[in-house]
Order: sequence, then C-alpha cells, then structure tokens
Amino acid sequence: MTSRSESPATARTLFDKVWDAHVVVPESTDAPAVLYVDLHLVHEVTSPQAFTVLAERGLAVRRPERTLATVDHSIPTSPASWEDGLDDMDAAARHQVHSLADNCRRNGVPLYGVSSPRRGIVHVIGPELGATRPGMTIVCGDSHTTTHGAFGALAFGIGTTEVGHVLATQCLLQRRPKTLAVEVSGRLQPGVTAKDLTLAIVRALGVNGGTGHAIEYRGAAVAALDMEGRMTLCNMAIEAGARCGMVAPDDTTFEYLAGRPMAPAGQAWERALVAWRTLPSDEGARHDRSETIDASRLAPQVTWGTDPGMVAAVTERIPAPANAGQRRALEYMGLNAGQPLAGRPVQLVFLGSCTNSRLSDLRAAASVLRGRRVAQGVRMLVVPGSQETRRLAEAEGLDRVFLDAGAEWHESGCSLCIAMNGDRAGAGQTVLSTSNRNFEGRQGPGARTLLASPLTAAASAIAGAVADPRPYLADARRTA
Amino acid sequence: MTGDAAMQPVSRICAHTFVLPAENVDTDQIIPARFLTTTRREGLGRHLFADWRRDAAGRRRDGFGLEEANGAAILVAGRNFGCGSSREHAAWALADYGFRAVISTEIADIFRANALRNRLLPVVLPEPDVGWLMAHPGVELCIDLEARLVELPDGWRSPFDIDAFARRCLLDGVDPLGWLLGRDGDIAAYEETRACRP
Repeated sequence: MTSRSESPATARTLFDKVWDAHVVVPESTDAPAVLYVDLHLVHEVTSPQAFTVLAERGLAVRRPERTLATVDHSIPTSPASWEDGLDDMDAAARHQVHSLADNCRRNGVPLYGVSSPRRGIVHVIGPELGATRPGMTIVCGDSHTTTHGAFGALAFGIGTTEVGHVLATQCLLQRRPKTLAVEVSGRLQPGVTAKDLTLAIVRALGVNGGTGHAIEYRGAAVAALDMEGRMTLCNMAIEAGARCGMVAPDDTTFEYLAGRPMAPAGQAWERALVAWRTLPSDEGARHDRSETIDASRLAPQVTWGTDPGMVAAVTERIPAPANAGQRRALEYMGLNAGQPLAGRPVQLVFLGSCTNSRLSDLRAAASVLRGRRVAQGVRMLVVPGSQETRRLAEAEGLDRVFLDAGAEWHESGCSLCIAMNGDRAGAGQTVLSTSNRNFEGRQGPGARTLLASPLTAAASAIAGAVADPRPYLADARRTA
Repeated sequence: MTGDAAMQPVSRICAHTFVLPAENVDTDQIIPARFLTTTRREGLGRHLFADWRRDAAGRRRDGFGLEEANGAAILVAGRNFGCGSSREHAAWALADYGFRAVISTEIADIFRANALRNRLLPVVLPEPDVGWLMAHPGVELCIDLEARLVELPDGWRSPFDIDAFARRCLLDGVDPLGWLLGRDGDIAAYEETRACRP
C-alpha cells in the first residue's frame, strides 16, 4: 500500500501535512503507521490503569516534558465544596485524584493539580497555556481532544491502553483515516454562534457520518470564527463520529498564541510562524469526501433527542420520528413530535464544558443576563473551563453579572457535562446545557439534556423555558 | 487482567448471541460515567448497561434481557455501536461480563480500537446478515478469526474484514505495546531528526 506522502509533488491537505510529518514508521498492509505524538494530555479518569501497566512492566514515561496532566472530570466545582476543603468529595474520586498526583510525581510529568491556578478542563488549558500549537499531534484519553484541531493540530481521543502506549513510547499505532472537507459558506447571523454551526453540522452528517475520517472545516464562515469559536466547532467533530476536526491556522490563530506561557518567543516564534504558514491545504489538494453547508441560513440550534445529531432550529417544531431510535428518544425526553422546541420548560441551565466554557462563552451569556434574572424555579450553574478563565471573568465583573442574575458561579471543571463530580441533574429534569452530549443519563440517571449555545442557555434561563436568544441580544434591546 | 500485557491468542469464538436492537449505542449506556472513578480495570461487568438493566431502585427492567441471556458471549447490536466517549471502561465492562465479540453493521472508531486491545472481537457484517441475527436472538454461532468467517451450525457463512495487524495480534497473542517498544531505534532516530530541524 502506498502512502500519498511518497509523491511530494502532489498537492497535500492540512491533514496530510501534519500526518506525514509525524510518521516514524510508514504504514503497510501488515502494520499500521507508528505515529509520533507531540503532546500527550492526561487526566485523572482515564490514566490510572495506564500508569499501572507501566509500573507492572517496569517502564518509564518516555517524554515527560511532552506530557501535561490536570484534574478536571471528577473534581468538585461547587463553591460550598471548596469552602469545606473538598470534604464532601467521593472517596473513589479522591483516590483517583491522589493517584494522578502520585503517578505524575513518580514519572516527572508536569501536573496542574488541585491547587494550581492554571488547573482546568484539559481541552481548555492546553490552548490557554499555548501548549496546543499548529502542526502538532495531540492525544488524550478523552474523545473531545478533537478540540485542539482548531489550531491546525491533528488531535484525537484514545483509550487507556493507548494512553499507556504513548506514555511508554510517545507513539501510537494508527491507520491513516480518510479526509472529509466540510465547507461552510456565508456568514453566521447575529445570535447564531459556532455552537449552532457545529450542531447543524452534526445534524447534517449524522452521528456516524464522520466515522473513519479526519474533518477539515473550511470556508468563509470558519475563517471568520475566533479561536474559541473554532475550538467549539472542532470539539464536536467526534459527535459526528470523526477521528478529528481541523481548521487551517491563520493570523487569528497566531494572534491568539502570541505571548502564551508555552508558546515560542523571540526568534523561535518567527521560525514557528514560517513553518505554521506552510500548513494550510495546498491549492488543488483533494479530500476523499466533501460536504457543504450555508452558515447564513442557520438559526440557533437545539437538540431534542438523545444523540447530538437529533437537532432542530429553535424556531422549528420537533420532527416526526424517522425510526425506532428517534421514537425511543422522544419517549425518554418526554417530548412529542410536532411540538415547538421553544417554550419547553427547563429546570436546570448549565453553562460550561470543553465545548463552551471559555471567556467568550461567558461574555456571550453575561451579555444576555446583565440586568435580568434567572426565572424562579430554575437553577443555573456557570462553570468556567479553567481557573485562569475564572480569574479573567472575575476581572471584568462577569461573576457579578451571573450572581446578580441568580446563577451559581463555580470553580472550574467538567461538572455537569459528565456528572461524575457531584454536580448532577435529577431524574426527569430538563437541562438546557452548553455541553456536547445529550445521551440518556449523561447528566444524571433519567435526566433530559437539551444542547444549545451559551446565548440560548442564558435566554432560556431567563425565560424558564427553551428560548430563542435573538430578542434578548443587546442590539435588540436598544431597538426595542 | 485484561489489556496488552496478557494477550492470550484468540482464534475461534463459539457462543450464543445477545441482541441489542438499538442503533448508536453510546459508551455512556455501556457504562455510565458515575462508575468511572475506579483506578482498576477489573470488576466493571456488574455495571454493564447499568441504567438499561436496572431502574433507579435497582430493580431489573423488563424487556432488556441481558441477565436472562445466560452464557451469551456475542453481542449483536445496531449501527454505530460504541459511539461517544473514548472510555475503555466500556470494552472492559463488556469483556468482564463475558462478552468476547461484538457484531454490528458499523462500529465506532475509538471503541473498535479499545475492543481489540481487550480481546473483544469487533465484527462488521452487512445489513442483511445483522438484520437476520437481530431477528433470531440467542442463536449459536462461531466466529473464525483465522478464516475471517461468521458461521451458523446450518452451514451458513458470512465473511468479514479485519485489519491485518489487529488480526495477527489476536491470533498470535502479539502485544502491541511490546511491538511498539521494539521500534525504539526508529523512534529515537525520529526524535533526533526532529530536534535538528529549524
């Protein structure tokens, strides 16, 4: 089997360039490629068993300086927990957090631990620290590692056995995926965000539409997104089943990275820029498949079912179920086909997760909530993606906006996205959530999740029901 | 224990099926996140499909049937099995419960890799074959990895594809980590070349 890299005259895609640069041993019919990993992100939930295998086999971490660990999944976020010194933390979760600290200390792996001011969700702190950079290969025992593709990195989730492979060898055995171009033309309208775009793309592709593929998001609407928007977009590539999602690096990328703690500086920065500018797909480079979507026509999107492809515009009615899975989903959600999504009462609103917990997400929600109140009977959790995001938000008074509106202002972590840290929704409760998965029980057994943007989350918190955010926008207020 | 270190060869699996007639079964259903606070791989079978097997009070749910399907070791499920979270706990839970293979028309990428690392054989068959197996729950069948065939006692056979390396690892008990460690010279050379690059 020949690899495209063997004909250098051929125009190459962004994916091709990053893949080719990391092949240690080329792929053959008999064996996958040995692919080098530039950055290995590690967290407390999917790493302990991998460190155990290393210890049992007497192996060391090959490149601790290419490894970065933090605690995010099982760490409490509620202010009360932290005031009590995390006394209420589940014993197993506490053991897991301690195990990570031990494993990192023994192996010399840098850890942004419980008391670190740079701790946070692994997919938020990587970019924030400048550890995530264009052209890198990045893996983590977490499917939302696709987020880092926003920088033109090849980034994907792996299982724990493979976490062990990377710890021990800094490499993975990988077959080259196919490539899929998702061309997004037009421009997003006011009140319609990267989250709405990524939900619309999952709807269009289906939850298995990207299986076996690396997605490259491109086109005018993608180029117009800021880095945090591009992270939101790539974050949900896995929800279409794709191995990864990528966006070509450009000046927006470089401006975001300049001056970050781990970004190169001085001459090294200049050299990096030269290399990074060669990464975008060459003119005429071919993808195995392509799909197009017009951003201009999108309204805010909300999920109505139990997979992230069951999506409708907030202005639409819930579609008639097309199969048994959709019928089951409607039953679980307590929804009926033909009902409008808008007006569906919500009991909980969650603003957070690696999809939407960055400063721009908090600012967007605050712009809607400023001077307004969360509806009576609705609980709203605002969980910043990192301690640094939290600090920056507080510096511009966003915490006051949320608290004055009656929302809760938490410490950073994954929180109600995965509901394994004590933050949990009750059975039958409906949660309007800015996270990435609406699977049955994801936010607590029997909980019902509606995925949407931070703007839609804020508007729905005020309305006490699913609400189109556009009438709540600052511009709409002035003209009202 | 499961995982690379103790790769026992897998060549032929003969067992009864358990049918899960749902598409897009995500790993949150296979094992809910609240069971992921463990630091071990063992013992997760008791949480397999926890919320589909049992209600909030711990009572067995009617109609799911896993606990009634004694000895079933081949799971037959709808399209896109194992989508969602990368948690290897899903493969650990299935293997710990006693499953040795999963048959579907499509298996999600990360889950497929995790399954292979735990001697849980992912088998993709065409729609009509999976449809027939769905309609005949509990049937006994054999999966021959050497011949890459799924076989019924009446002589019916269906071929399946599997990555050559994954197949060799399973048939010969090759440990992928050991194999990677054996490429140490190539890895060191790669690191050296890159370090010299501007």
